[in-house]
Parts: sequence; C-alpha cells; structure tokens
Amino acid sequence: MAPFCSGSTKLINPYRVLAKGLILFIVFNLVFAVVYIPYGKFSLYNILSPGRERFPFAEEVPEKIYNLTITSLDTMFSSHIVASPKSKDEYRVMLLGDSSVWGASLRPEDTLAGQLDAANLITCDGRKVHVYNLGYPRNSATKDALILVEAVRYEPDLIVWITTLGSLTPDRRLDHPIVQSNPVQVYELSRKYNLEFDLSAVGFYHVTFMEKTVFGYRSDIFDWARLQLYGVLWAATGIDQVYRNSFKVYSLPELTEDISFFDWQPPTFDPQLLSLDVLEAGMEIAGSTPLILVNEPILIITGQKNSDVRYDVSYPRWVYDQYRQVMDDESRKNGWQYIDLWDLVPSAEFWGDTDLHLTPAGEARFAERLIPYIQSASCP
Amino acid sequence: MTLTYILIFTAVALFLGLVMRNRWRVYLLMGVSALAVFLLQPALPIRSLDFWLSTITLLLTVLSWILTTPSDKLRERNNLVALAILFGIVVFADLTRYLGLGWTLSATLPPKIEILFVFFTVAALFLFGIAYFKRLSPPTFLVLGFVLLIGIFLVLKVPYLATATSGLIRYVLGRASTNAAATDLRWLGFSYVAFRLLHTIRDRQTGRLPDVALPEYVTYVIFFPSLTAGPIDRIERFIQDLRRRPISLSAEDLSIAGKRLMVGLFKKFVLADSLAIIALNSVNALQTRTAGWMWVLLYAYTFQILFDFSGYTDIAIGIGGFLGFRLPENFANPYLKPNLTQFWNSWHMTLTQWFRSYFFNPVTRFLRSGKHRLPIPAIIFITQLGTMLLIGLWHGVTWNFILWGLWHGVGLFLQNRWSEFIRPRLAALENRKWLNLSLTALSTILTFQYVALGWVWFALPDPASSWHVFLKLFGIA
Repeated sequence: MAPFCSGSTKLINPYRVLAKGLILFIVFNLVFAVVYIPYGKFSLYNILSPGRERFPFAEEVPEKIYNLTITSLDTMFSSHIVASPKSKDEYRVMLLGDSSVWGASLRPEDTLAGQLDAANLITCDGRKVHVYNLGYPRNSATKDALILVEAVRYEPDLIVWITTLGSLTPDRRLDHPIVQSNPVQVYELSRKYNLEFDLSAVGFYHVTFMEKTVFGYRSDIFDWARLQLYGVLWAATGIDQVYRNSFKVYSLPELTEDISFFDWQPPTFDPQLLSLDVLEAGMEIAGSTPLILVNEPILIITGQKNSDVRYDVSYPRWVYDQYRQVMDDESRKNGWQYIDLWDLVPSAEFWGDTDLHLTPAGEARFAERLIPYIQSASCP
Repeated sequence: MTLTYILIFTAVALFLGLVMRNRWRVYLLMGVSALAVFLLQPALPIRSLDFWLSTITLLLTVLSWILTTPSDKLRERNNLVALAILFGIVVFADLTRYLGLGWTLSATLPPKIEILFVFFTVAALFLFGIAYFKRLSPPTFLVLGFVLLIGIFLVLKVPYLATATSGLIRYVLGRASTNAAATDLRWLGFSYVAFRLLHTIRDRQTGRLPDVALPEYVTYVIFFPSLTAGPIDRIERFIQDLRRRPISLSAEDLSIAGKRLMVGLFKKFVLADSLAIIALNSVNALQTRTAGWMWVLLYAYTFQILFDFSGYTDIAIGIGGFLGFRLPENFANPYLKPNLTQFWNSWHMTLTQWFRSYFFNPVTRFLRSGKHRLPIPAIIFITQLGTMLLIGLWHGVTWNFILWGLWHGVGLFLQNRWSEFIRPRLAALENRKWLNLSLTALSTILTFQYVALGWVWFALPDPASSWHVFLKLFGIA
C-alpha cells in the first residue's frame, strides 16, 4: 500500500515511537514528583482576564456558574485579584473568614468586602483603601491561618480576621478541604508556630509518591486548566455563583432543647479546647501588619420555644457566652485588637438563606460598623 | 464518540489491519461496523428505541442495497452470507439483554427476543416484497427509496415532526405523550448514513453506480471510523480500498495513520473540548456584558467547531488508515482562505461535494439549458443560495440554520459578483507582489470575519438571541 503522505520517505518504527513516548512519560512524571513544579502559581488571571474577586468555589455545576472548587492555595491566590500588582497609592485591607465573608448567594459587590470597598475610603496619607475578599466557605481557624500565610506575601496593610465559635472547635483544626489538600503547608505551619495538630487523625490526607507525579496530580491540573478557561467567562459575564436577586425573611427554625455542644456539657467547657493557639499563630504570621480580630454577628432567636437556652440552631447560650468571655480575656491578655460584633444583626430580616449568611442589607450594616476601625487602623 | 470507544476502535482497527488480509476481511469489517452501530447509539428516553434505531439503520441499508442492485445479483452467495451475519449480529445485540444492564451492547435494555422475531418476520416480508416487485419498475422503486429517506430525514430534522413522532411512539407504547421532545429521536449518524444511501440511489438512477455486493455496500454505509461524523465518502472510491489485494500495511503507513489519529485526538479532546468551555452558547450569549468579550466567545466557538469537526475527521482517517483505507479529506485550512468559495471548497468538503454533485451542478445545467435562459448572475444567485440553504437544512430544519445557509448563500453570490468586477482591474497590478500579498491577507481576514459572524446563527437556537449577539458585538446593545 502506498504511504499516506508521499512527501515522507523516512521509515518510522512505531514500536520505537511508542517505547520513546513511554520512557518520556515516566521520566517526566518522576521529575515532576521529585522537583515539584508549582503550576498553581501560573495563571492567566490578572493578565488575560481580570482576577476573581473571591476564591474559586462552587456549589453548583461549574458549567452554570463558570467557577469550580479549588483547594490548592497557589491556584486560589493566583486567580484572585489580590495577586495583581499593588499600586503606590493603595492601602490593602484583606478580609479572612468563612462563607459569610466569601458571600454565599451574594454578588461580589454585595459581600462585606464589596461593600467596604465601595465606601471609597481614603487614608490620612491619601491612599485609596481597597478591600479584598479572602474568605472561603466552611469555618476553620487553621484554614484561615493557611490563607493568611499566603496573604501576607501580597503586601496587606491591614488584616481583618472574622471568626466565630465554629471556627475554633477541635473538629475544625484539620477537617477542612483546604487543610487536607495542602499538607505541606500544614506541616510547615505546625512546625513554625508550634501548633499541635493530630496529623495521624483519620481523614488527614497524606500524599504518596505516586500522587506527586503528573499522573497523580492529573485531576488538580485539569481543574487548574479549567479554572483558567472559566476566567474568560468570569470576565465576560461577572458570574461566579448563582446570585439571589431577592431575599425572603429567614424563617426561624425550631430550636431543640438539647444544650450540649459536640460532647461538651454545661455549665462550662475547657477553653484549651478552642484553637486559640491558631489565632496566636495568625497574629505572628501577620507580624507588623495590623490585624483586627472580629467575632462575627450571629442570628439571635428570641421568644421561641427553647430560645432561652439556645441563641440559634448552632449555639447553646452557655457555650457561646463562655466563648465570648474566653475571647475577651485572651485578647486582653495577648494584646489582640478584638471586636465583638456578635449581636450586631440579631434580627431575622437581615439573614438570607440560612442563619449563617447575611443579606446585602445585613452585610451593609456589618460594613458600616467596621469602617471606623479600618479608618482608625489606616490613620494611626 | 468517547475516548474509550476511540481507543477500542483503534485496537480493533490495528488488529484487523495487521491480521485480517484474506477474503473474510470485508465480512469482519461489516460485522464490526454493525456492532458499532449498536454500541455508539446513545440512550434515548423511550424504552429500547436506541436498539430499534440501530436495527432500522441496518434495515434501511439492506433495503437501499436491494433497490440499487440488479435483481439477478441479489441471491449471490456472498450476499446471503452477509445477510445472515447481519441477522446474527442483531440477534446477538438483542440477546445481550439477558446479561443484564451494563452488559448490553445497546445503551439500554433491548426488547424481548420474541418481539424482535416478529419485527424480523415483518421486515423480511417487506424486503422480499420489495425485491420481488421492484423487477416490475426499478426506477419507481428507486424514487420511493429516495422519498422514504428524505421523509425520515425531515421527521428527524424538523423539531415539530420529531416531537410529534416521539409522541406517537410514546402513545403506541402506552406512555404519556406530553413528555415527548425532538431530542427523543437522536439517531446517531443518520445524516451521514442517509446521504451515503441517497448517493447510491441517485447514482443507480443515473447509471453510474458500480455493482456492489451486500457486505461491501453495508461496510461503505456504516464503516465504523466514519459512522458518527463522516467524511461522506463516495462508494466507487471506497470499494477500491476495500477490494485492494494484497493488503500490506508498512510501518510507515501505520505511523502516518497513528500520527493522524494523535493529531485528531489532540484537536478534539484538548483544543475543541477546552474551547467548548468558553464558546458562545445560548446561555452565555445573554450573560455577556461587553462587545470585546462577546468577540472572544465567538472566536472561541469559531475555532471550537473547526477543531471538533476536523479532529473527528482526523480520527476517522487515522483509524481508517490502520485498516488500509484512505478516507477523503474533509478540511483543508478553511480559515486561511481568501474568499468564501475557497472556504467552502475546504470546509466539510465531502458534504459540499455531495451537494455540488447532486444539487448545484444539475440545477445549474437545468437552468442553463432551459428555453428561457436566465441571466448568468441570476443562475448563480439561485444555485448558490439554494445549495447553501440545503446545507443549512441538512443540519436541522430551524430558522437559524436557514439564516446561516442564507448568510453563506448571499455571501457567495456577492463574492462572486465582486470577483467578476475586480479581477480585470487587479490584472494591471499583477507584478506588484506586496500589494497582492496585502490584498490576499485582507481578503483572508474579511472572509474569516464573515464566516465567524455566520456562526452566530449556527451556534444559537433562535433568531432573537442571534440578533442580540450581533447588536452586542457591534456595541449597539
């Protein structure tokens, strides 16, 4: 049979081609596993398409919201607008926290960071205040600390760390997708700040050698590539999740009479159980950059059955009251700048789909309350 | 076609190409292709319809062969053997139902064997009847075959008819017709199968069709590498490859076919599938906020459709190469052409050639030979517009495909008239190399832009959303 391509006369041995391809594949994988290539740091965001205003995270199918859940810190940051160069007249405020900061169901401009940014604050020395949303859904102080380690590389002038009791409970020290997916950073955090993590705990993810190869990372690399492409649609449409156009008043749930909190029983719990060491590590990570610790608002249910023993679905009164007292004491003892805004937005009309997420009006009220602290920090 | 199926077909093709070189080759190719018809047909919401559509594909192929084959050749031994093999394959596909879900050859559970035998009895009577009565007037039966295929084509392509047919099938099966949808009748590869069958029927009418045995005919129509996305080969060319003896594939043949396959896989699964994420579609068309990004989405679609389609062609040519076939090219750098005529000579070439052979050329001849001869520009207008309209309708009978066809028909006519006007004026500039190069570059860019804008009709489901995109692209909306 005549060759398909008459111009080609060189005899090719397909078996040798296959063998060479296989050898190259193996060598490339081994090299990648030994010399880790931080592919997540490479990004088309902030170059071809604008950076995202919050970290990539998806509760819907990616095709619908042009977003997907990413847990690699490198990829998260390189796709974020915070990775764009800082201008000389910019005063960078970075917000850390959970889904209430990230802004579930909210447009970027309606989130706490968006509303603070829209306030167009100017510092005493004439710098423009830009507020960056570095929140990520599901609360965990360890997750926030890992994000903070990366965030300080992007020259923050002020860090606002929004926490709640749920961020500091023992189960959240390691049980978070970002913590699980970044074991090297967790080891480093633990080593550097003397944090005692039970890394042998069931569920903590230990990467094998095979998983360090390109083959092992294929799913992450594929997600990274998809995220780059979704940058085009993010830029074109401004959509990064399903936005709610209207919010019904949150219908209050029935409260249970159970007042235990995990296996903690009244009247008190051991304060050592809270991840106060992680908060302390956060202060050290921030270094000379001012850091304001904020206890985020919660929904306070009153006048309902069992509301005398519980504030909401999540928190029995006794445990939350003691938590606030512990935070107050620790802040004073350690010299942390701490603001307790727990009862700032008690009414259900400011809460969106759950008792965890504020409506745009609720976020506006939260932002209004934070503005004086930001102004004060920016004008020492 | 999924990557898994492509890998399976590649392995099968390599095996057949390297090992099967005797007279059984054609039967094996036919058998594998028939199995692929069942394997590739996607699941449909109506129970066992995927199985029935695959079976009807084979039935229509046999019917068309009977219509196009001289009666005295129907009973030749090789044809009866092929018929027996096809029968066996359909029975085998049906019997896989007893292996349980997940092991069936078709996507969903095939019907009970007794129902299949009732169908076979009716089908056999029908085919024997056709074979017997066509002796009386073969041309009439060829016309009936032509009408039957066009009729099925219309039912599948006109959304209203497809929905109504689905409703009817559901009603017969005792299911609610209210859930009927046009997508219920997604008949894999029918557009290509039908056009191969129509080609053979038309060539029989004009006396150009060579004598072809049933196994050869079936292999041509459902050849598994080109079943789902073409190319639409011509039977007289295809059987040359099929009949070639001895088959000896050199290492170079294999490496060239392999390279083509790899290029196709890269185009389809890396380039096209990546671009598909950001390509213009009915949802993001309404969400995009600025003209600049709308152009980006449109260009993404423009290249996605090229890489998708030409990738599949490369895959088909590559797998065909492993079997010793040289399937025709379908794409030749279409976006680098300086005018629309050249674009259409290099885009989906086998489809364009089909329409040129069976519509454009005959209609042009007819219009030029009539008593009241039309002026040349009028003939060009009618034939080009008609051809492009039909190519649009081949993709689906919707307003947007009609508008896409008209877009190209009008474009081809205007380009033809402009070329007539400018050619003598440019003749004086023949020696000015850089000017000519610049004009060619400009023409290529303009042609590309025109084609890209045409995809706005093609990519979207209705004229209103297409119009919205046009306004947005030019900063009006």
